[in-house]
Amino acid sequence: MISIRGVSKWYGPTRVLDDCSTEVAKGEVVVVCGPSGSGKSTLIKCVNGLEPVQRGEVVVDGVSVTAAGTDLNRLRARVGMVFQHFELFPHLSITDNLTLGQTRVLGRSRDEAITRGLAMLDRVGLAAHRDKFPAQLSGGQQQRVAIARALAMDPVCMLFDEPTSALDPEMISEVLDVMVKLAEEGMTMMCVTHEMGFARRVAHRVIFMDHGRIVEDCTKESFFGTPRSERAQQFLAKILRH
Amino acid sequence: MNYHWNWGIFAQQVQAGEETYFDWLLSGLGWTVACSLSAWVIALALGTAIGVLRTTRSRTLSGAGAAWVELFRNIPLLVQMFLWFFVVPELLPRELSLWIKQDMPAKEFVTATLCLGLFTSARIAEQVRAGIQSLPRGQRDAALALGLSSAQAYRHVLLPRALRVIMAPLTSEFMNTFKNSSVAYAIGLLELTFRARQMQEDSEQGIETYIAVTLLYFLCAFIANRVMALIEARTRIPGSIG
Ligand SMILES: Nc1ncnc2c1ncn2[C@@H]1O[C@H](COP(=O)(O)OP(=O)(O)OP(=O)(O)O)[C@@H](O)[C@H]1O
Ligand SMILES: [Mg+2]
Repeated sequence: MISIRGVSKWYGPTRVLDDCSTEVAKGEVVVVCGPSGSGKSTLIKCVNGLEPVQRGEVVVDGVSVTAAGTDLNRLRARVGMVFQHFELFPHLSITDNLTLGQTRVLGRSRDEAITRGLAMLDRVGLAAHRDKFPAQLSGGQQQRVAIARALAMDPVCMLFDEPTSALDPEMISEVLDVMVKLAEEGMTMMCVTHEMGFARRVAHRVIFMDHGRIVEDCTKESFFGTPRSERAQQFLAKILRH
Repeated sequence: MNYHWNWGIFAQQVQAGEETYFDWLLSGLGWTVACSLSAWVIALALGTAIGVLRTTRSRTLSGAGAAWVELFRNIPLLVQMFLWFFVVPELLPRELSLWIKQDMPAKEFVTATLCLGLFTSARIAEQVRAGIQSLPRGQRDAALALGLSSAQAYRHVLLPRALRVIMAPLTSEFMNTFKNSSVAYAIGLLELTFRARQMQEDSEQGIETYIAVTLLYFLCAFIANRVMALIEARTRIPGSIG
């Protein structure tokens, strides 16, 4: 479904991605972790072309993201993305947040879009909040709306960039619950997260990044057994201690 | 001070005609309002477009926007009026130049409106640029990730938010437009300031004249302020502060 082949990226002279390659199969859940600044966000944004790359190729569902001439808007419409800071549109009601992409990009009628959007809102347990505005919801609720907004576009895969790291502890689990359900229903997911409980529960594979490089790319079992690299062991020891 | 006060002057007829001084001021006010409002429409449309250009990733477009801003911002408004009125027509092709000088209807009005509109557009462009740049980068990413084109992201997400952010400076700018329109007297537009000078000479009641004109300008700016405050209240985002 997602295939990243030899991707490198520079910001000026600094190399932030260094020859990264990995695959995410249909229905697979891959967790990406690693220290701050290791390039996780950059990598995941390459998947839907939010970050251009200088070298290598990214292919999503048979469409090359990196090739010149690809209709990136059309591709992005099929790839859901969830951000650390939710990024709901604060000037739009929850319903309008859910329908904007559907009507403007997919060309759905407003009624159709509302029906689909509200079905997704119901799925994340927030149907009662349809007429509110983002600022009237808690962080956890906003993030669940953001997930519903992405799902309303009927994506072929979902990207998550630290979806719970801006949340208070008691709100983390309500978002993780939604993500676990999604994973169990067979959604293809690439999640940047340090929630190792989530990784243990639903991930098929874990990728560990350091200094722009994919240092580990292995099954969940072998990652939590004994990661091969010392760097990953140190990292795990640090985050699992808390 | 042995000034001879005469508040009845406004009802008196002018030296050479049927009209009263009140008629003069009223028609002056009409031109002031017409010129300011038309200039404001031009300024808002152009200023928004140029402010947007300045935030695009294209070097050429944002450079062109920057040049526009510098051009109109670094020359005094009065000099710009003279340039548009006396110099620009000379630079045009002969036919057009002749037509403008001899046949163009409402020549002073068109010139003053255009000049004031362009001058103000440079200032609005700067505010729009600052407004867009004040938004978190994730908003653009989130809009694009939904599959919206760049233009759609501006239209539905970035501009609606940026314009709300800059409501305060935009309000001042709207009020400034009314006040700045007084410069148009210099090229002979029969607006309020022109009529004031005319009345002062004709009636020799300068103090009453300028008190009345001051009040009329004050009223214009005050109404402009109230209109913007109303728009601000109407577009307030539920759940936000203020
Ligand atoms: N726009 C930019 N210009 C220059 N350097 C950047 C830019 N964005 C990111 N970087 C650099 O690229 C590197 C990778 O950043 P990235 O955001 O991908 O890291 P991350 O693994 O997501 O970190 P975090 O856990 O803090 O989110 C960092 O060193 C960062 O400083
Ligand atoms: Mg990050």
